[in-house]
Amino acid sequence: MTPDPQDTPRPGAFSRRRLLGAAGAGALAVGAAGVGGWAYGHESEEPPHGVDEARYPFEGTHQAGITTPAQDRLHFAAFDVRTDSRDELIDLLKKWTVAARQMTAGQSVGGSLPTPYDAPPNDTGEAIGLNAAGLTLTFGFGPTLFSLDGKDRFGLQDRRPEALRELPHFPADNLDPNRSNGDLCVQACAHDPQVAVHAIRNLARIGFGTVALRWAQLGFGRTSSTSTKQVTARNLLGFKDGTANLKAEDKANIDKFVWVGEGDDARADWLAGGSYLVARRINMHIEPWDRTSLSEQETLIGRDREEGAPLSGGKEFTEPDFTVQGREGPLIAVDSHVRLAHQSTNNGVRLLRRGYNFTDGSNALGRLDAGLFFIAFVRNPDEMYIPMQNQLSSRDALMEYLQHTGSGLFAVPPGVRSKDDWIGSELFA
Amino acid sequence: MNRLLTAACAAALLVPLSACSLTQSNKPAAQGGQGTINVDSSSDKCDLTTSKAPSGNVVFKVKNTGNEVTEFYLYGEDGMRIVGEIENIGPGLSRDLVVRTPPGKYVTACKPGMKGQGIRNAFEVTDSGKDTDIKGVDQAAINQATSQYAAYVKDQSQELVDQTTEFATLYKNGEDDKARALFPLARGHWERIETVAESFGDLDPRMDLREADLEKGQKWTGWHRIEKDLWPPASGYRAMTPAQRATFVDDLLANTKVLDKRVQTLDYTVDQIGNGSKGLLDEVASGKITGEEDIWSHTDLWDFQANVDGARVGYEGLKPLLDVKDPALSKQIQTAFDALQVQLDKYKTGDDSFVFYDKVTEAQRKDLSDAVNALAEPLSKMTGAITL
Repeated sequence: MTPDPQDTPRPGAFSRRRLLGAAGAGALAVGAAGVGGWAYGHESEEPPHGVDEARYPFEGTHQAGITTPAQDRLHFAAFDVRTDSRDELIDLLKKWTVAARQMTAGQSVGGSLPTPYDAPPNDTGEAIGLNAAGLTLTFGFGPTLFSLDGKDRFGLQDRRPEALRELPHFPADNLDPNRSNGDLCVQACAHDPQVAVHAIRNLARIGFGTVALRWAQLGFGRTSSTSTKQVTARNLLGFKDGTANLKAEDKANIDKFVWVGEGDDARADWLAGGSYLVARRINMHIEPWDRTSLSEQETLIGRDREEGAPLSGGKEFTEPDFTVQGREGPLIAVDSHVRLAHQSTNNGVRLLRRGYNFTDGSNALGRLDAGLFFIAFVRNPDEMYIPMQNQLSSRDALMEYLQHTGSGLFAVPPGVRSKDDWIGSELFA
Repeated sequence: MNRLLTAACAAALLVPLSACSLTQSNKPAAQGGQGTINVDSSSDKCDLTTSKAPSGNVVFKVKNTGNEVTEFYLYGEDGMRIVGEIENIGPGLSRDLVVRTPPGKYVTACKPGMKGQGIRNAFEVTDSGKDTDIKGVDQAAINQATSQYAAYVKDQSQELVDQTTEFATLYKNGEDDKARALFPLARGHWERIETVAESFGDLDPRMDLREADLEKGQKWTGWHRIEKDLWPPASGYRAMTPAQRATFVDDLLANTKVLDKRVQTLDYTVDQIGNGSKGLLDEVASGKITGEEDIWSHTDLWDFQANVDGARVGYEGLKPLLDVKDPALSKQIQTAFDALQVQLDKYKTGDDSFVFYDKVTEAQRKDLSDAVNALAEPLSKMTGAITL
């Protein structure tokens, strides 16, 4: 299968680094050669030197940052809209589109136009000398954008997608309202954390007065692979995560499980070509986990730690066989994570996961405040996420080591399709 | 900052030198684009890549290739009227001058060594057909803005002297309830002109230092020392004796009078007024929003309001200029001032009184902070817009 052209990195014409002259030009040449090799693995799966030269087109049928090979770093932000004016909101989405176009191309916000010495610069500057680093910016709309406390805020109430509601309470949830929900979200992914942070910082700055940052999360390492060319990463439990994840190359299943189709939702035809983004901040009880025997750990997960193979046998990508019996019952326990998350126990449903390991330092007890910032893109959360999470939250033995502390559901509009188009134009049309 | 970067580079010996210099140079990304005119200013030359530019925003990228500090000026045809200037360019540095320029004849000048007539050349701005409504700012409007602001500062300073005098009497007489009531009102006059008052590096630490700002061994005087005595902590604090009270409050009053004397002779430029307004919002964002300013009295909202009042006076003085240069920005600032005032009004308990800040919840503080961000961001662009 050939991935969408959008997911193919390309060397650009113009970047922050290139502007710095000879040194930049040299680096770009290295990168241009290196990128294709890594991200699409013609020869090798190892990121060569200069992998952060990757650049993904901003425009496309779908937004970038979904089937794009998962980058190493994340800065996710949720915003509250602070205006009552539909025009101001549209104006912001247009400004964000311009800035996103520039930053994903490795340019400074405001392009290269100098500003007066007496004015603050358009761009905050910390990404000068860095390139696009594979930056993608993915925008979403939360349920509260459509109506809040029964009020139709922007004349959008009738266009709220049926499935776009605050996620229900799942057993054992301990959600922090200051880490949950939001009217808008932006997922910034890049190979360089400074580039991802720069993107959110500048979008927040552009938005002041129209939106206010509600909460944000940094992720320092990907836990999912979204391309068959990527090595499966490990989460903070030490296990490979998302082996069975949907991959960009599996186009038929991506269409089936990720992209909202024409006619999926009569009142929200604008969402066709888009998706839903589920965000869950899942804290891990790291210290107790580390004191758990390997035998117990593998039983809870249902895979071996070293290889990532299902306990029923084989290698990482061998399909788990839930019927294989050992001395005390099935080799893959009935309450193991792999079994309960597997499509065979979830009506054949699959997710495209794009989560990141996070740590926000330590808590007051001197424990790591760490875990998995789970992100999934699904065609319909009512069918593909909520039933699965209910099953996991109530039956997954691993839950003893997990606590969900943040949550959000966002409708992700389709991609920006032309130079004059802007994020969410279909919704406001 | 530079020291940190150097240290980081020195430590990271494995990083190629070029990578460090990239980080350290911290230059704006622009290496010129369309419409940028490169100016090479050396000890005896002032070379421009072109002597003509289309009207609109003209960008001069001035590089000092000499070994003295240089300046670059764009004059009107008479060679006298300054249209744009960029000063204090050290040897080897580059700096951008952006000027919104209508069609006409001009004179450029480099001034290596910052003296004399400079090395002059004729320059022409042709009609681009765009930006036809470029308007110069009227000198009379500038004069009015700066003189109004000077009068405002003097007026606030006078009020500060009067109310501090009254406060000193109450405090010395042990009329603590009345002193506590006057405390935030008197301070308000300081807060309205805080950026001006703070420009006196000797007075500010004597008058407005917070306990947390003290260096080891530093004597703590001023408003916040007295604040702690009027709103003492529940335990571990020894109240001042009447003699100590007199010493501290007389010192505050004496410094207030020195401040008042000094502001009588101050002149202001439009960029000082603009940056002062922005600076007052910075004061709100860093000290008042967090409740660090008045940690004993919790009268932060009085100070908050006074900072906003001072910033608004600065803006309103410059408004006639900004309305000409960037009416959209002016409207945005005005709207944001109004929105912030609506937020502040929610906490008013009377004409001149507010809820104490320890009663303001985290969620309410965030609402206030969002409204400050909404104002401070456009306000930070005011100076650049006016001087363009």
